[in-house]
Amino acid sequence: MIELITNQPIIAALVALGLLALFFGALLGFASVQFKVEGDPIVEQLDSLLPQTQCGQCGYPGCRPYAEQIAQGDEINKCPPGGQTTVEAIAELMGVEAPQLDSGGAESADIKRVAVIREDECIGCTKCIQACPMDAILGAAKQMHTVISDECTGCDLCVEPCPVDCIDMLPIPVTLQNWAWQKPNPNIIATDNPQHQAA
Amino acid sequence: MTAKPITTELIATSAQHARKIFPIAGGVHPPQNKSQSLQRPLVSARLPEKVILPLAQHIGAPAKPLVAVGERVLTGQLVAEAKGFVSANIHASISGTVESIEELPIPHPSGLTGPCIIIHSDGKDEKAAQDECENYMELGREELIEKIRSAGLIGMGGAGFPTSVKLAGQAPIEHLIINGTECEPYITADDILMRNYPYEIIHGVELLAHLLGNPKDIVIGLEENKPEALAALRDAAMGTNIQVVSFPCQYPSGGEKQLIQRLTGKEVPSGKLPIHVGAVVQNIGTTYSAYRAVRYGEPLIKRITTIVGDALEHSGNIEARIGTPVSDLLDQFGFKAKKSSQLIMGGPMMGFVIPNADVPVLKTTNCIIAPSKKEMPPVTPAQACIRCGMCAEACPAQLLPQQLYWYARSDDHEKLLTHNLFDCIECGACSYVCPSHIPLVQYYRAAKGAIRTEREEKAKSDRSRKRFEFKQERIAKAEAEKEAKRLARQKAAQEAKKKLEEQKAQSGSSEATPTKPAAPKVEDERARLERTLASAQTRLESAKNKHQEAVAENSDRVEQLAAKVKQAETRVEDAKSKLAALKTAPANTSADNSQVSAPTSSSTDADNPVEKAIAKAMAKQSMSPYEKVKSSVESLTNRLEKAQQKHAQAVSDSGDNIDALALGVEKLKEKLDAAQQELKELAPDEPSKEAAQKEELDPAQAAIEKAKAKALAKQSMSPYEKAQSSVESLTNRLEKAQQKHAQAVSDGSENVDALALGVEKLKEKLNAAQQELKELAPKEPAKEADQKEELDPAQAAIERAKAKAAANAQLTPKEKLANQIESLKTRIGKAQIKYDTAVEENSDNQEALSLGLNKLKQKLEATEKELAELEE
Repeated sequence: MIELITNQPIIAALVALGLLALFFGALLGFASVQFKVEGDPIVEQLDSLLPQTQCGQCGYPGCRPYAEQIAQGDEINKCPPGGQTTVEAIAELMGVEAPQLDSGGAESADIKRVAVIREDECIGCTKCIQACPMDAILGAAKQMHTVISDECTGCDLCVEPCPVDCIDMLPIPVTLQNWAWQKPNPNIIATDNPQHQAA
Repeated sequence: MTAKPITTELIATSAQHARKIFPIAGGVHPPQNKSQSLQRPLVSARLPEKVILPLAQHIGAPAKPLVAVGERVLTGQLVAEAKGFVSANIHASISGTVESIEELPIPHPSGLTGPCIIIHSDGKDEKAAQDECENYMELGREELIEKIRSAGLIGMGGAGFPTSVKLAGQAPIEHLIINGTECEPYITADDILMRNYPYEIIHGVELLAHLLGNPKDIVIGLEENKPEALAALRDAAMGTNIQVVSFPCQYPSGGEKQLIQRLTGKEVPSGKLPIHVGAVVQNIGTTYSAYRAVRYGEPLIKRITTIVGDALEHSGNIEARIGTPVSDLLDQFGFKAKKSSQLIMGGPMMGFVIPNADVPVLKTTNCIIAPSKKEMPPVTPAQACIRCGMCAEACPAQLLPQQLYWYARSDDHEKLLTHNLFDCIECGACSYVCPSHIPLVQYYRAAKGAIRTEREEKAKSDRSRKRFEFKQERIAKAEAEKEAKRLARQKAAQEAKKKLEEQKAQSGSSEATPTKPAAPKVEDERARLERTLASAQTRLESAKNKHQEAVAENSDRVEQLAAKVKQAETRVEDAKSKLAALKTAPANTSADNSQVSAPTSSSTDADNPVEKAIAKAMAKQSMSPYEKVKSSVESLTNRLEKAQQKHAQAVSDSGDNIDALALGVEKLKEKLDAAQQELKELAPDEPSKEAAQKEELDPAQAAIEKAKAKALAKQSMSPYEKAQSSVESLTNRLEKAQQKHAQAVSDGSENVDALALGVEKLKEKLNAAQQELKELAPKEPAKEADQKEELDPAQAAIERAKAKAAANAQLTPKEKLANQIESLKTRIGKAQIKYDTAVEENSDNQEALSLGLNKLKQKLEATEKELAELEE
């Protein structure tokens, strides 16, 4: 055997390479079966970046479907509720240049809004309840409805179906509880900066 | 308590107070500016005319007001109670009446308003009863903490964390550190407090030590710029195990973590609390107030505040009631508004500008600075960062302020977190040293706020996702249930159809033809429709009249009435079309009959009625008649066996339905015989017959046959079940229709009228169906008898009342009949009442009700007659 190998080095090398190829092929094959990744992990990551308003403004029924579509190569700037920050976060994850947010003429998403029902005008038709993807509207047929504002994502979906137009999208008021410091005005010209803080 | 003169002897000889002082990183040395306010002794503020008590002076949930507007309150009375664990009570700081509870500007960097209780003074300062306690050290820990809690004590150094929460911890404590550092410039409130009340403070320290399980190391830390306070405290601490130490000034050594490091050399790890290194830090003011609260039951209603600045005639410290408007205090120091550039609450490093002097003094207000324009000129505009690195040298938390600045500017939250932004204590040392006057701390505060908001939003979006997924799941489940129900229904329908086919095959012996019994029903229906038509027409007339009147009067109800007229018209049309359909129907049926009978008579013995019926049944189905008959023979045999068994059992049990069973057995036997005969006859000439029939059936007829089959399928259900199911489906449909109608009304849709009509019709139908159901209900038990099965299914539905009555007469004893009569009577009573109310309300279902009533009466008569016959 050894003699055969030493006598015919080229054949021996080919055999050795062939065996190695078979071995690694088998190893890779085994690994691909054993360590198969269920689902698409990028979809999970994308989904966790999206604001979960389930508003459908991207054209897909909910945030997860949009995440799936992004993974399939859809535009990443279709999420007005997420705003430019979400676009940038997704761009970073996907390793692409962040495009400008395509808000589709919608109001700026920078101001967070919640739905508020003008309760004395509500006729109790339950249409908004059915439309709400968050189950954030309480009420029953012929009873007044109201929005649980803590659960409301401001997706707008309840406004359209209301037959009496008693739902307003109001900006979340600034209270002592949710107030936060603002970044200083970057104006370096003194006369442009009327605020004189003692910080 | 006047300050003792400092003797070097006192400091030198006190081995008790010898302690190693550890260095802290960074720090700055701003001008002290403490002497201005130390020139004059502590004074008590005059009683304010009104106090404003914000409900949120502390960290945690705002307190809940307990008083009503107009209520009289006494000094020290609880006016708002803590809401939740991390919250604090608020007490009236003067006696008087509650003027209002409203949103007012409060001292807060945001400049926002907050809910406040406003108390108007009566000038009497009448005190509420206070719970004094001399032997407080003998009380239990819980009791003492409760006293501190109910006094509304919070950290008076600035953060305002509820003291009781801090004391309630169970972790073992090694160091109790009392913070008398007061490292910020200008502020001297704690200094004055220590000078004036050293014994109270020492008692307070002992109390806190007692509450924290008497830790080994109890130390009061002061900066060395307070020699008088130091001496006073050391004097008071004589004979205790309390150390009073001073250390060199260095801003911000009064920071909680910095002070721990200074006095123990231990560094509180990033993101951890002091308790992690076994230390608890309490402010000196809090210590004093804790003693007052426990010993004298005195709630936190006043505090010492430094009022200082060049815009005042003189500076000093004042013991002010919580809630006193700042303007009231400034007046007492000769405030010159013209000279003042701004008003700062807190120190110059960490304080904030208050929008005006109307805001009140809080439990945490240790200083109010009213500087002149010269003393504190407006903030110099920020220049570009020159990367000099002075901020990094000044940072007591050893952060990299310059890097944090860049990341904060570009909103790079991830980088900010890796650079430990949240370890920043916002002391302002970096801003102070920055040669470019960049407001660094503001950037960090903003970034912290943005990160917190982001975290909250993330948490919310996670919750939203869960809620959304839950909703999806719920909907899917509901759909699945619906689908399952639908499938079950389908299956049941198929089974019923199958059963029907079997029955049909067996029913050969029954000689009834569907047209005959159908006739009375058709008559009834026609009568009903005619009545409906008549009433609809009269209604139309009246509606038209009214409409014309309205038009003449030019009333605003014209449109409404027009809609009514239209509605009435549609109803008339509807009734007419129905009637027409009904009139044509019998003709169809008879035509169909003759057609069907023709081929059968040609192919089989013309004089055999049984043959006719069989042939008809065969024509209705594509199944081979031979097979059908065969299967029916089989099933009949089975049934006969069963019936015989039942009969035998009944005989042995001597049950009272022996007769009925015997009858059933006999009939079955007859049927079986007939079927067998048919089978024999069918066997030879089957194929030809089939062909003949197929030719006969044209498509139109096929449709009729289909409809008939459907009707038969329905009939195969027990009439009661059928009625029940129809009532159910009608109820559903009615609900849906009503919803649609409501929707249409709310939408102001055009088809409101049509929908209203639909709803009404459905109601009529539902009533009729319910009536039927009621009539059927008591007869249900009779079903048990095999009787039902022998009826021709086609006939069954129509003939059931008669047949059952007959069956009852044959089967049941007299008592049963009597019972039935009684139940009928009660039902007639009920129906009468219903009918009466319907008449009163002029309801649409009068006709249906009267029909039902009549039927019931007829039935009662028949039953009574039967009973009479039976008795004879």
